[in-house]
Amino acid sequence: MAVSGIVLIGYLLAHMYGNLKVFAGQAAFDEYAHHLRTIGEPVLPHTGLLWVIRVVLLVAVVAHAYAAFKLWKRNHHGRGGAKRYHAPRAARGVQRSYSSFTLRWGGIIIALFVVFHLLNFTWQVITPGGASASPYERVVNGFSVWWLVVAYTIAMLAVGFHLRHGTWSALTTLGANTSTVARHRLNLIAYVVAGVVTVGFLLPPFSILFGLVR
Amino acid sequence: MKITVRVWRQDGPEAEGRMVPYEVDDVSEHMSFLEMLDVLNERLTMRGEEPITFDHDCREGICGSCDLVIDGIPHGPQQTTTCQLHMRSFSDGDTIDVEPFRAGPFPVIKDLMVDRSALDRIIQAGGFISAPTGTAPDAHATPVPKNDADHAFDAATCIGCGACVAVCPNGSSMLFTSAKVTHLGLLPQGQPERRSRVVNMLNQQDAEGFGGCTNIGDCTAVCPKGIPFETISRLNRDLLGSLARGRD
Amino acid sequence: MSDKQHESLRDRVLGSVRHAADSVKDSVGDLVNSVDADALFDHGDDIADTKAPKVDIAQRWDERKFSAKLVNPANRRKLSVIIVGTGLAGASAAATLGEAGYKVTSFCYQDSPRRAHSIAAQGGINAAKNYRNDGDSVYRLFYDTVKGGDFRSRESNVYRLAQVSTNIIDQCVAQGVPFAREYGGLLDNRSFGGVQVSRTFYARGQTGQQLLLGAYQALERQIAAGTVTMHTRHEMLELIVVDGKARGVVVRDMVTGDIESHTADVVVLASGGYGNVFYLSTNAMGCNVTATWRAHRKGAYFGNPCYTQIHPTCIPVSGDYQSKLTLMSESLRNDGRIWVPKSGEDKRDPREIPEDERDYYLERIYPAFGNLVPRDIASRAAKNVCDEGRGVGPGGLGVYLDFADAIERLGRKSVEAKYGNLFDMYAQITGENPYETPMRIYPAVHYTMGGLWVDYDLQSSIPGLFVTGEANFSDHGANRLGASALMQGLADGYFVLPNTINDYLAAGPFAKVDESHPAVAEAVGAVKGRIDKLLSIKGSRTVDSFHKELGHIMWDYCGMERTEEGLRKAISRIRELKSEFWSDVRVLGTGEGVNQALERAGRVADFIELGELMCIDALHRRESCGGHFRAESQTEDGEALRHDDEYAYVAAWEFGGEDRKPVLHKEPLVYEYVEMKQRSYK
Ligand SMILES: Cc1cc2nc3c(=O)[nH]c(=O)nc-3n(C[C@H](O)[C@H](O)[C@H](O)COP(=O)(O)OP(=O)(O)OC[C@H]3O[C@@H](n4cnc5c(N)ncnc54)[C@H](O)[C@@H]3O)c2cc1C
Ligand code: HEM
Ligand code: HEM
Ligand code: SF4
Ligand code: F3S
Ligand code: FES
Repeated sequence: MAVSGIVLIGYLLAHMYGNLKVFAGQAAFDEYAHHLRTIGEPVLPHTGLLWVIRVVLLVAVVAHAYAAFKLWKRNHHGRGGAKRYHAPRAARGVQRSYSSFTLRWGGIIIALFVVFHLLNFTWQVITPGGASASPYERVVNGFSVWWLVVAYTIAMLAVGFHLRHGTWSALTTLGANTSTVARHRLNLIAYVVAGVVTVGFLLPPFSILFGLVR
Repeated sequence: MKITVRVWRQDGPEAEGRMVPYEVDDVSEHMSFLEMLDVLNERLTMRGEEPITFDHDCREGICGSCDLVIDGIPHGPQQTTTCQLHMRSFSDGDTIDVEPFRAGPFPVIKDLMVDRSALDRIIQAGGFISAPTGTAPDAHATPVPKNDADHAFDAATCIGCGACVAVCPNGSSMLFTSAKVTHLGLLPQGQPERRSRVVNMLNQQDAEGFGGCTNIGDCTAVCPKGIPFETISRLNRDLLGSLARGRD
Repeated sequence: MSDKQHESLRDRVLGSVRHAADSVKDSVGDLVNSVDADALFDHGDDIADTKAPKVDIAQRWDERKFSAKLVNPANRRKLSVIIVGTGLAGASAAATLGEAGYKVTSFCYQDSPRRAHSIAAQGGINAAKNYRNDGDSVYRLFYDTVKGGDFRSRESNVYRLAQVSTNIIDQCVAQGVPFAREYGGLLDNRSFGGVQVSRTFYARGQTGQQLLLGAYQALERQIAAGTVTMHTRHEMLELIVVDGKARGVVVRDMVTGDIESHTADVVVLASGGYGNVFYLSTNAMGCNVTATWRAHRKGAYFGNPCYTQIHPTCIPVSGDYQSKLTLMSESLRNDGRIWVPKSGEDKRDPREIPEDERDYYLERIYPAFGNLVPRDIASRAAKNVCDEGRGVGPGGLGVYLDFADAIERLGRKSVEAKYGNLFDMYAQITGENPYETPMRIYPAVHYTMGGLWVDYDLQSSIPGLFVTGEANFSDHGANRLGASALMQGLADGYFVLPNTINDYLAAGPFAKVDESHPAVAEAVGAVKGRIDKLLSIKGSRTVDSFHKELGHIMWDYCGMERTEEGLRKAISRIRELKSEFWSDVRVLGTGEGVNQALERAGRVADFIELGELMCIDALHRRESCGGHFRAESQTEDGEALRHDDEYAYVAAWEFGGEDRKPVLHKEPLVYEYVEMKQRSYK
């Protein structure tokens, strides 16, 4: 779980960095998208590395989701079924953070989003703003449509929450959390990662929507 | 003061349970929560109704027998044991929900009493140091740094109440298990079995049907002995160690 | 018959039964008041311990281990041992005997062996390690314990206890018990209970918990290994005796209600103390005398039942709903000053009472020791001022333990560092802030020195019945020193019993006893009959109301100070209570499944019988010694006065039969190594 999660975090950070190239203009962005496909040539075939990344990603996502659902089932059993306590107070837990609460639903929202996202930008099945051969144009076209931006915003918030708890949890699971100081530090890292990713991803769509990038 | 308690009544392990309201008047703020239930039980007996069954023994916060979920929180609104909770934490006219510790591996026996023997079986799987009687070297033969001894002690204060399980949204006994792993793992005497201990205890934890820990942290927030969250990470570290090097 | 008719008939029948009971009560009362103490019991032959070898005291234990018959490891699997109790004494014995290869079956009434009441011990455990190099030795620990027991314990046993004390610490450290350590990594010690050396090992204020967890883990390890079979939530209700030998127990499965018999080659009772006969005590709610009392009724002698230890620093009672008393560490008396107002009329806030209207009575009466006099003396003095009407707090049962001076002298910070956790505990229970207002304390029943009589091998007067820990009449004489009960429990379980029980088992395995054996059927039938009886009375009083009443009688007349008149009164009131209990107790529900009221009813019934024997024992011992203070036997200035010429013996009581007089056997005590002296703390 933790390992697959960390792989996904790593991908997200890289992906975000790539997206921010939107600010560097069409050429840079397209170059980057193109570059993704040509790294490693001629050792690797065209889009070789991208495929490696894709496979790793796919494995990580499948592993992650599989682990998540298995855990979900086990934990459902562990707590003794759906209806646990009658007292209304129980539903909120004692000190649970909102992000830990939304982990699973957040995960599912993200999964749905990724499918939509792929249909949108990669396969161009759904293209609200108009399709294009230039990835840059696809993005700019897309985010000129307000509801797409809203959809992305919701998804990115889900990603943020998921990562806020996910990062903290993954590092703890990997045994880094062995003192109070370490705990505060981990919490901080988790907030930073979550914050950076959310804001980082959201910058391009909003910039486009408000016409800063066109 | 006068309060209403809504208590989970269940005749036996297989029976259906339900919440039953009882009014209790003349409650003194100096009463412990369990003494309030004693008073209620005396009155129920005189009315010819069967008294409420609940576990308790030492009534001084150390044996870990008492285990009520009060208003949705194991051991109630204060971070202490049920027996050390006093009625001054409530006000006149309050309605208080009283339920058993719930988790898959804690089946209800009757009313508020549950079976927590799964925790003993986790200890059986490895929560000990093998030191046959009479074979020990002199106690001063192995000094233990004070810091390690103190941290081991912090973890060793777990009373095995199971509140961590009862609150964990996953029904995980991770805090309980990691407290023992941490206690024994920090001491030089605990080293030889350190790697096999953590794997065996976790396997037993899974076999008993406890959930997996997703680092929610509610467990430490209700633990009456304040077992620190760090113990969980220590367990994970030991686990990675044993997975990496293989168990011996 | 209609319900109404039925009810009126029942009332009439009950009424006449009660009337009859009343007249019986009166005549019993008269009887008790009109006769001499001896009419309450019969005299039997003297008894002696025949197991301690007659060699120099330092060699006795080695000699006994050598002379005891051994059991070859291959045969051990064929020998079965039943152990009742999983406290320090029971868990350590079960783990050790299981490890040795015997087939062990273990019982406790809690849901886990880890919850036995040993878990609650706070202060520490003694051992003659002499790690402080302050002149401690096995001999000094032996000497202190004999003297502390007010010369009413057996020298051989105490010497052995001191000898094995050092092994206990080694064993516990090897198991991972996190004792307090110093910066150098070595074990820390403190001094305890008025001795001049530092020999007490401790684990913060949770020594009992850590020691028990060590023993519990060793026990769980054996359970996993299959050498020990554990039955939790099982209560022993009867002993099975076949051809004069203890061969098993009858237990009730407290979850299903099933009555089961278990047989074995030998039975060990490690069922703890009976302080709950007083209802309010520092014991856990479930602590009981049932296991040992049932064995007593089957022939095991009960040693010194009246010896009870009353601890001076407990949190006082706050109302009649109170269910138990909580101990506060004795160490508080090092810095706290104990006082009450000079006038009983003075109901002011303690902080407003000026110095010259306070009575620091311990400092006044015992200028040399002041607030640090031994437990029994501090307790009795508190009772005396409260009896004078000068007690404080609800019901006038409390005295102030004031830290104002200490806070002024040392600063709040250092008081907090020393006693912070105790102050927090006090605040949690009382809701008062002890930094601001003085604490209130009152004595409470804490420990019972009495218990089943055993010889040097820890075998009772029934062959094949061994008794360990607080359940036996033990090594503490008339008074136990602080931090010595944990030592005794573990000494018995880890080191003594495993080296003596083999002498008995070497003759085994004994002829198999199965469920159809008449002795087993009889014991099972007796248990079932008793339960049916309790359920069928359907009277008008709850079990707790009887227990509370018994507690009041015991506390008033067989508590800190005992008098001839009071004890006689107590005996007749207990007899009345007994007949009322058996005709008017109300236990609802059935014997099937969990029935906590039924469990308590059985325990209270046994406490009532024990209470009577305690009073008879206290009445017959017309001297003051240790925890037993007879008002008639005191020096001119009110101190305890022993009568060594008449009472230097263990009183071992034999059950005389249902509603018959008990029989007193004396085990004379001989002191060869320590000279008998009177205590003085002025
Ligand atoms: C609050 C407190 C503080 C103390 N502090 C200290 C201290 O600092 N130092 C010290 O040396 N001593 C101390 N003592 C005394 C000491 O703790 C006890 O004397 C000792 O632990 C008794 O151990 P045990 O094994 O004999 O009995 P227990 O630990 O009481 O165990 C009794 C066992 O018998 C079982 N049992 C009882 N009856 C039955 C039955 N009918 N059927 C089945 N099972 C039964 C119980 O389930 C339990 O497992 C303290 C005692 C108290 C109450
Ligand atoms: C299929 C959709 C997803 C689901 C159902 C899902 C569900 C979960 C769940 C239940 C956890 C908690 C497990 C734990 O804390 O141990 C979790 C943790 C985590 N998730 Fe997801 N998630 C999904 C997608 C993602 C994605 C796309 C990413 C990253 C971009 C991600 C990153 C993480 C991380 C880093 C953790 C922490 C791992 C750990 O604590 O061990 N998840 N996820
Ligand atoms: C606003 C934020 C985002 C923008 C603007 C964005 C943009 C893009 C673009 C333009 C592509 C197409 C690249 C190409 O085909 O060359 C792409 C691919 C992809 N994106 Fe995003 N993305 C965003 C957020 C996310 C998030 C949050 C995730 C995952 C949780 C994600 C996962 C992916 C994946 C898996 C691919 C496919 C890569 C491949 O295999 O080609 N994206 N993204
Ligand atoms: S870790 Fe805390 S909550 Fe869990 S069993 Fe131990 S003491 Fe109870
Ligand atoms: S609440 Fe549960 S998820 Fe883990 S951190 Fe505690 S066990
Ligand atoms: S009853 Fe022992 S901890 Fe509450």
